[in-house]
Amino acid sequence: MAVYGFRRGVTGRIVLRVDEVEKGLLTALLTQLVEFVEPDGELPDDPLAQLVGIDPGAETPDDPALARLFPDAYHDDPEAAAEFRRFTERSLRQTKVANATTALQTLARSGEKVTLTADEATCWLGAITDLRLALGSRLGISEESLEELAALPDDDPRVATYHVYDWLTFLQESLVQSVMP
Amino acid sequence: MTTAPTDLERPASAEDAVVDRPWITIVWNDPVNLMSYVTYVFMTYFKYPREKAERLMMQVHNDGRAVVSNGRREEMERDVTAMHSYGLWATLSKGD
Repeated sequence: MAVYGFRRGVTGRIVLRVDEVEKGLLTALLTQLVEFVEPDGELPDDPLAQLVGIDPGAETPDDPALARLFPDAYHDDPEAAAEFRRFTERSLRQTKVANATTALQTLARSGEKVTLTADEATCWLGAITDLRLALGSRLGISEESLEELAALPDDDPRVATYHVYDWLTFLQESLVQSVMP
Repeated sequence: MTTAPTDLERPASAEDAVVDRPWITIVWNDPVNLMSYVTYVFMTYFKYPREKAERLMMQVHNDGRAVVSNGRREEMERDVTAMHSYGLWATLSKGD
């Protein structure tokens, strides 16, 4: 796929170059990401809870990919972790939805050359990170399994997902290099 | 990012008042995030110079974890939330 990725243009703007296939793939992935991280369910009918975004029902997700995107903030204190989650998870989900939504908007308004403001580039960084974390969790990526995954036979069901993951890794690296202060 | 600790805040618990230790934010190694990205996050969010950001990133990579900031509990909760929004795996705890 692309060998261009993100680059910093002569004007300082970050530019992503994609062909139609890549654009379609990114649009599909980001759309799925929005659905994946969107807060589910309405907040209880408590104006104060709604005002500050407290979600009394928030629990450590069973899905390992979601658990990686929304980790426990306390390593060894489940009670503190649960309380922290009730106060913060909803807004964290909204941040991740906003990142992916912004990335989708920049694709929708562009052709094969996607020019980004600094803020939009930051949203892309977050969104690609979340995609790689989710796909990496699905693939069971570990320090040890990367070589194995790179050498999968073509008929392995994980091949397509791994190729997408690998491509996103390339995009992410090119984006980090473009925005590095 | 340096923050001058103040004594204006009421201790969060009786334990805090007795044991005067700062809270710490720990970033844990994960097999997905790129080393360059982790460095970028430390430089961007904590405003650490590149050298310090890279040293902490290598510590995460080699030791599995690194203490990236310390301070009051509320500050560490803010840092952990920020790390989670960047997609880094972070926790806070009472410092040793």
